[in-house]
Amino acid sequence: MKLNDIAHETYAALSANKVRSGLTILGIVIGISSVIAMVSIGTGASNTISSSIESLGSNLIQVTPGAQRTQGFGASGGRGGAKTLTNEDADAIATQIADIEAVDAQVSGRYQVTAKGTNTNTSVTGVTSSYPQIRNVEVEEGSFISDTQNSSASKVAVLGPTTRDDLFGEGATGIVGQAVRINGMEFKVIGITVGKGGTGFQNQDDIIFIPARSAQRYLSGDQYLTTIAVQASTPEAMTQVQADVTALLLDRHHISDVALADFSVLNQNDILSTASSITSTLTYLLAAIGGISLLVGGIGIMNMMLTTVTERTREIGLRKAIGAKKSDIRAQFLAEAIALTVIGGIIGIALGWLISFAVNLTGLVTTSVSLSSVLLAFGVSAITGIVFGYYPARRAAELNPIEALRYE
Amino acid sequence: MIEIKDITKTYGEGEAAFQALKGVSFTIEDGEFVAIMGPSGSGKSTLMHILGCLDTPTTGKYFLDGKDISTLSDEELADIRRLHVGFVFQAFNLLPRTSVLRNVMLPLIYAGVDGEERVARSEKALVATGMPESHFTHMSNQLSGGQIQRVAIARALVNDPSLILADEPTGNLDTKTGEVVLGTFQKLNREHGRTIILITHEHDVAEHAERIIQLRDGLVVSDSKQHARRHVKHAV
Repeated sequence: MKLNDIAHETYAALSANKVRSGLTILGIVIGISSVIAMVSIGTGASNTISSSIESLGSNLIQVTPGAQRTQGFGASGGRGGAKTLTNEDADAIATQIADIEAVDAQVSGRYQVTAKGTNTNTSVTGVTSSYPQIRNVEVEEGSFISDTQNSSASKVAVLGPTTRDDLFGEGATGIVGQAVRINGMEFKVIGITVGKGGTGFQNQDDIIFIPARSAQRYLSGDQYLTTIAVQASTPEAMTQVQADVTALLLDRHHISDVALADFSVLNQNDILSTASSITSTLTYLLAAIGGISLLVGGIGIMNMMLTTVTERTREIGLRKAIGAKKSDIRAQFLAEAIALTVIGGIIGIALGWLISFAVNLTGLVTTSVSLSSVLLAFGVSAITGIVFGYYPARRAAELNPIEALRYE
Repeated sequence: MIEIKDITKTYGEGEAAFQALKGVSFTIEDGEFVAIMGPSGSGKSTLMHILGCLDTPTTGKYFLDGKDISTLSDEELADIRRLHVGFVFQAFNLLPRTSVLRNVMLPLIYAGVDGEERVARSEKALVATGMPESHFTHMSNQLSGGQIQRVAIARALVNDPSLILADEPTGNLDTKTGEVVLGTFQKLNREHGRTIILITHEHDVAEHAERIIQLRDGLVVSDSKQHARRHVKHAV
């Protein structure tokens, strides 16, 4: 039996019962489109998370204070809440550790900020001149904090665009040179940063930068740091730098056991890999949900094909009497099952793409349909057709022609 | 030429075994028009299945054109059916929602004949049965009973088989239409030299043939040549 004849027979058979064929195809459409849409949403979410982590800076290692430990059986403080990192720690890292590009000592807190009668509550971060380099921050207007301003603890401030909007009105210009009051003290605005966009949980643009020394002197009132950000010179050096920083600080803090360290050193790659393992698990989960609906669609195909074989028993008998071989009958019914899934697969891919596009329009996640997921879905639909069509086709092929002709 | 020697067919095993054919032998030459007659239960359906290569005998030999086919496998039997046997059944003869021409083509499709040759041979077979050309593109469900049987006969002819086996071909037709169908067989036999075996339980039908083999309880009880007593005039 030739291929074009199989195609002709398949078309005739499927178009003979359009409603039934349509419903069976619908099952596959739902299965394939959900796989494509789910995977694209999962991939999109994971891309969004990775890119927002990467926007924090490149080759970044962050040192944060650990839990404050008291002697004996005292209560342990919250992690990160302790005051254990000092300016001297930051200086030591900068001078004693190899393969680092820059070190930034930070002091952050939330304070009430006012300007000309408007006010907001925002994150005020004391930083050094290396902050823009480490954290990929650019200045749109004016200039960033200099080393001199830091060492002299000048009362100067650089505003994030969202804070600027909150204090001076949307898109206001000519802000540089004006004054803002942070916690009641007047700071001169020397620059505005370029917007980085939200990360979902926090707005990176709702921030005020001031010199770290000024933050310690006027706001926190002590000598401690909340974060030391270290930029390694190359991605390969990160692990070594992380180890060196840990060793140096343990030594400086006179701690011999790593488990008792009063600080923690986080490598950006660790954060990235943790986040991507979470999002890929999420993607698998979503794909599994889609896969289950594809399985249900496949069972629908088998159900329809078994009904068809039963209904057409006498036709099969006639074909066999005329000289059709088992392989001819098997090919015919298998072709019908594969045609159903391939049609369903094509419509499903289009629908999945459309769903992914619609999700994109909502702006929650930037979804992306990859070629591999389309190929995978198409391959799965073809395999579904073969797997779920094979049993009914084999049953048709094995029918005894005499009994099939007598079948009522 | 068909030659069967001492054929038996037993269904089931042990105490439940039932012997449908108990030793049947005869020879049918090319170009004969034979009717196999018998009441129900006489074994004529079993004999037809064996002659049509749908089934194999339990014991005995069957030679079709000199080839022993009593021991062939299912797939080999399918090859023999496709090349050497044309069937005409009592009912459910055509594929539904399929054109007349496409129905006739079916054996050629399975034989791998393609293109213009397939169309030409199918049209020739339809013309031989007297089917008007205007009906070639009609759908099978638009045809009358007599037309359905003619299309079925054309389909049986299209592969140029050694024999045409007709199983109660007039069973579902009124007398007049039945006569037309039998006339078609007579014409094919006389003018085209086709070997035709007609299975029937009706004397009136059997009398259109030139030889009648009577079966009863799985045995041949009579085998007589005759001049067909009934001739359909103006057949087609």
